[in-house]
Amino acid sequence: MKIGAPKETFPNENRVAMTPDSAIQLQKLGHECVVETGAGAAAGFSDAAYKEAGVSVVKTAAALWKAADVVVKVRQPDATEAKRLRDGQTLISFFNPAANEKLMAQAAKAGANVIAMEMVPRISRAQKMDALSSMANIAGYRAVIEAGNNFGRFFTGQVTAAGKVPPAKVLVIGAGVAGLAAIGTSTSLGAITYAFDVRPEVAEQVESMGAEFVFLDFEEEQQDGSASGGYASVSSPEFAAAQLAKFRELAPDMDIVICTALIPNREAPELWTKDMVESMKPGSVIVDLAAEKGGNCKLTVMDEKIVTDNGVTIIGYTDFPSRMATQASTLYGNNIRHMLSDLTPEKDGVINHDMEDDVIRGATVTFGKEVTFPPPPPKVAAIAAQPPKEKPKELTAEEKRAVEVAEFKKQTKTQVTMLAVGAALILGVGLVAPASFMQHFIVFVLSVFVGFQVIWGVAHSLHTPLMAVTNAISSIIILGALMQIGSSSYLVILLAALSVFMAGINIFGGFLVTRRMLAMFQKS
Amino acid sequence: MEFGFTTAAYVVAAVLFILSLGGLSGQESAKRAVWYGIAGMALAVVATLIGPGSGYWLLSLILIAGGGIIGYQLATRVQMTQMPELVAAMHSLVGLAAVFVGYIAHFEIGNVATGDPALFGTFAELIAKKTIVEINILRVELVLGIFIGAVTFTGSVIAYGKLAGKVDSAATKLPGGHLLNAGAGVLSLICLVWYFNTGGFVPLFVLTLAALFIGYHLIMGIGGADMPVVVSMLNSYSGWAAAAIGFSLGNDLLIVVGALVGSSGAILSYIMCKAMNRSFISVILGGFGGPAGEQMAVEGEQVAIDADGVATALNEADSVIIIPGYGMAVAQAQTAVAELVRKLRDKGKDVRFAIHPVAGRLPGHMNVLLAEAKVPYDIVMEMDEINDDFPDTDVAIVIGSNDIVNPAAQDDPNSPIAGMPVLECWKAKQVFVSKRGQGTGYSGIENPLFFKDNTRMFYGDAKASLDSLLPKID
Repeated sequence: MKIGAPKETFPNENRVAMTPDSAIQLQKLGHECVVETGAGAAAGFSDAAYKEAGVSVVKTAAALWKAADVVVKVRQPDATEAKRLRDGQTLISFFNPAANEKLMAQAAKAGANVIAMEMVPRISRAQKMDALSSMANIAGYRAVIEAGNNFGRFFTGQVTAAGKVPPAKVLVIGAGVAGLAAIGTSTSLGAITYAFDVRPEVAEQVESMGAEFVFLDFEEEQQDGSASGGYASVSSPEFAAAQLAKFRELAPDMDIVICTALIPNREAPELWTKDMVESMKPGSVIVDLAAEKGGNCKLTVMDEKIVTDNGVTIIGYTDFPSRMATQASTLYGNNIRHMLSDLTPEKDGVINHDMEDDVIRGATVTFGKEVTFPPPPPKVAAIAAQPPKEKPKELTAEEKRAVEVAEFKKQTKTQVTMLAVGAALILGVGLVAPASFMQHFIVFVLSVFVGFQVIWGVAHSLHTPLMAVTNAISSIIILGALMQIGSSSYLVILLAALSVFMAGINIFGGFLVTRRMLAMFQKS
Repeated sequence: MEFGFTTAAYVVAAVLFILSLGGLSGQESAKRAVWYGIAGMALAVVATLIGPGSGYWLLSLILIAGGGIIGYQLATRVQMTQMPELVAAMHSLVGLAAVFVGYIAHFEIGNVATGDPALFGTFAELIAKKTIVEINILRVELVLGIFIGAVTFTGSVIAYGKLAGKVDSAATKLPGGHLLNAGAGVLSLICLVWYFNTGGFVPLFVLTLAALFIGYHLIMGIGGADMPVVVSMLNSYSGWAAAAIGFSLGNDLLIVVGALVGSSGAILSYIMCKAMNRSFISVILGGFGGPAGEQMAVEGEQVAIDADGVATALNEADSVIIIPGYGMAVAQAQTAVAELVRKLRDKGKDVRFAIHPVAGRLPGHMNVLLAEAKVPYDIVMEMDEINDDFPDTDVAIVIGSNDIVNPAAQDDPNSPIAGMPVLECWKAKQVFVSKRGQGTGYSGIENPLFFKDNTRMFYGDAKASLDSLLPKID
């Protein structure tokens, strides 16, 4: 099959869907590669580089669309390109299918099979072709760089001979891929970074990147993001209010705000309101990565940088990946390459568009002259849902009291039973045993009791010394031998002497070993 | 007056012993506690020597001194790793001494019956004053003392053999199993009745043989992994034996101390059984219960790694948890481990130890070894303190432990160790297992941890492995 990458027609789009490197990999799958002349120029890949990688270069877009069986693109096709789609041709590209029903219908009618890269399901197997993530990663990084470019101070705090510089404070709203990338970049530049997300389960990821998670004082259970395929969903009005109140509190302190909050197939939620912008210090910067969907800040102007009356810069660029075209093309090219290798399972250069495959089915929006969007839910759950955490039931005061009383009664009952049985046994013994025995017996029972009480308090790490000490102490048996050694019977003297000797070993050995052990315990 | 003095000394000694055990609740007070114990023992011995009833006190002193020299030699020469064996070996001495003392009491009863009590020392005079009922009680007491002492003696010898590797550590039983134990028990009972009626030496001797057999067979049937429980159980037995002898001699201090030791050993065994989620009874009656069904098969393969790989991961890690086990003790690797910890801590990494309650062959065994290697004890954590921290840990290093990090205890209801609390080290980002070879652990169970994706096997003797690792940490 011939795989072709045309030059992007969208204004200021610098990326390209195939790089010389990815072309080499594609050829290994048995495909031929072709690019339109100058397709990679803006991303830093010359025609010569493509040729060297064994890619043929054609002069015009028309020729490329005609030659290629599979067209790979970055942006959705424009009107001219859509007309060039023909029966049996495959198009792999971003497509924005939810907002592009007309284009989809047109492609289906033409008989082209369209794979929309943004529709790749979020399951582990498909991560290698998840272009949204790889682009978001770049956007997050670039957002911080762009903010720094417009921010008049250092990120990191410094104490220099020329004075003290406070560290910049950065707030990242939305801890998706872009948000996490922004957090990583911002912390590595030295800024104090805060992050917020409506999905509480990402707090751990946020903290692992070195930022502080902003928690809300909010009671309602926040929805687990895994229910919606790892994306955020719409939050309740109360939650939204609590969230805004928190942001309002943070706004005056923040130097840089990076908004990345998006909900799939919806307008971006308004999270940074006009009054928050007004309360920020002059010179602060807001980068709104949600600008394309209306922006998390309503002052944002798409594709533009504005400065508000109070001196806050708001950046609404939507082409961050394109601004880093070389990196973006490399990653996107690899995503495309992985998609094609899934489409070419036999590595024989034949495309097998398997509609039974979860990933391919999910990403395909038109197939066999029909629109196949939206796809059925994938068979494999995107992310294992977290088991609901068991909350210890809050008991009311009366219930607690009742439980306590019941426990107290139960304890009393067992203790009384044990005492009664014990007393009965001892009384039974007392009936037959002589008084001299009973005296010793009292001592015995009390000692057992003391032993029980004392040992519970011994620290776990001291169990071995405890054993050594009790071992040493158990050589108290020497008293018995000593008392008996004064006999005239030689047998008795012999046995008693042996016992004294053995107990002597144990006394010295036991205590010395214990001392050796304990001497080693030390604090740093 | 002399009796009064001895009793007063005994009271002081008893208080000192109680303080000595109670003082072990903290590392610092424990150092004082040993001195209480030593003072108590010295007081008790001196009071008995100068008190009524003892003779040949020069001979006694010489014998104590002789025993003391041997004890001193043993205690200073022994390696810290051999501590469990030493404790077990010394238990056997106490058991044997109890048997002898019991025998003496028996002979004295005979002597009193045939001759003049005054010839045979104060103990004989004491016996002479006793009524028939009291003599009978005395007999029961000394039989108990001899029985428990004999069980302690052979049990400790076998425990010593198993710990020192001189006896096969696997649980072995003679054909007949528990029936043999029960038979020996019944035989002992018969002997007791027989002895009661005749007062002769033969039933006493047969009873001793039966008890010796019970001690041997009981401990042979217990697997090596349960040895910590056994040692503390035998500790308890030696205490009860001393208490029983105390009854027969009418010596309150023996009773007090015997009861203290007996109850403390029993509680310690109980605490350990709880930590291993094992029924106390089933451990005492012989090793593991049979598994209820097929154990889960373990899939995957063990992936090996060399010192360079481990060093790289450690250099990059921020938090490290080390899980030592018996293998560390065997390889004498504790100083190398301490050195590794020191190096990592100097680089500002968070390094801690996770100690499972039954790691090693004694409770607290690992703490003692690490203390010997001068690891500060405030970074040595117990299982409950640290188990929740594994998910936030970069690297977990398992050094010579196996069953205590076996996820099968949680995942596989048919595993012999199902339900035993384990250190959840597999939740760390990376796990390195230092292990001699691919064999199974002490309890002979396959460990799925070694087959997990984030686990790498660092084969080799623990000490050699660590020594090769140390220069690479910078």
